[in-house]
Amino acid sequence: MNGRGKEMQAPLKRARGLGSAKDGTGHFIWQRVTAIATGLSGLWLLGMLLTLRSADYAVVHALVADPVNAAVLVAFLLGMFWHARLGLQVIVEDYVHTPLTAALAQLAILFVCALAAIAGVLAVLRIALGS
Amino acid sequence: MAASDSEPRLRERPLSPHLQIYRWQAQMASSILHRATGVILAIGALAFVYGLMALAGGAQRWSAFADCLGSPLGRVLMAGFSWALAYHLINGIRHLLQDGGLGFSIPDFVRNSWISIIGSVVLAALGWGVVLSHWGQA
Repeated sequence: MNGRGKEMQAPLKRARGLGSAKDGTGHFIWQRVTAIATGLSGLWLLGMLLTLRSADYAVVHALVADPVNAAVLVAFLLGMFWHARLGLQVIVEDYVHTPLTAALAQLAILFVCALAAIAGVLAVLRIALGS
Repeated sequence: MAASDSEPRLRERPLSPHLQIYRWQAQMASSILHRATGVILAIGALAFVYGLMALAGGAQRWSAFADCLGSPLGRVLMAGFSWALAYHLINGIRHLLQDGGLGFSIPDFVRNSWISIIGSVVLAALGWGVVLSHWGQA
């Protein structure tokens, strides 16, 4: 008998926040959602790259400036760097056991991914909207 | 029994077997490769963003970036990156199907591990075949 009758908390409430990540299904679900988003937009961009016949500035610039391609690129950058952050986060959770180093690594991953996504989106906007 | 007096007596505790205990298997390789290729792609993504910034920065900066990609080292890195991309794509789809409960019997699991490993090499080679077949033709 574990005194379940006197228990005021639901089992879920007790389980929440435990585990190395302090967080669970939200991460799992967003990892899958961003994987699908990255996969779909990435396939579009791969198709775009496969048609490329030269690395000429005017050709590549026009390709990225195309309204549809530019929109897919922005979606790809946001979804992909979010996905990268989630994946790298789990690797640090699994292999870095020193709390301070782990926290610094997590911050670095978050900042680099966010900054890269912002830089990429800004570059696409400059190309698409003409400097 | 002088040795046992000076050293504390430690009870042999069971350890969970670590990686080197196991025989290499396709399932193991496909799982490890998914993480490894994920890290490679994250680093490559930074180069991708650098390329976009070079393109936004004008013709001169773009041609410097394109020359880097076209150098022997750039070509090797692009080949490696494209394989990592093909692998993470195929194995990622495999993971999503597994999340749906598909392909979990042991023979299926081993077979679709091999599909990821061999398929990624085939897909990367096909992609480069397509690009190189019409590269430089206006």
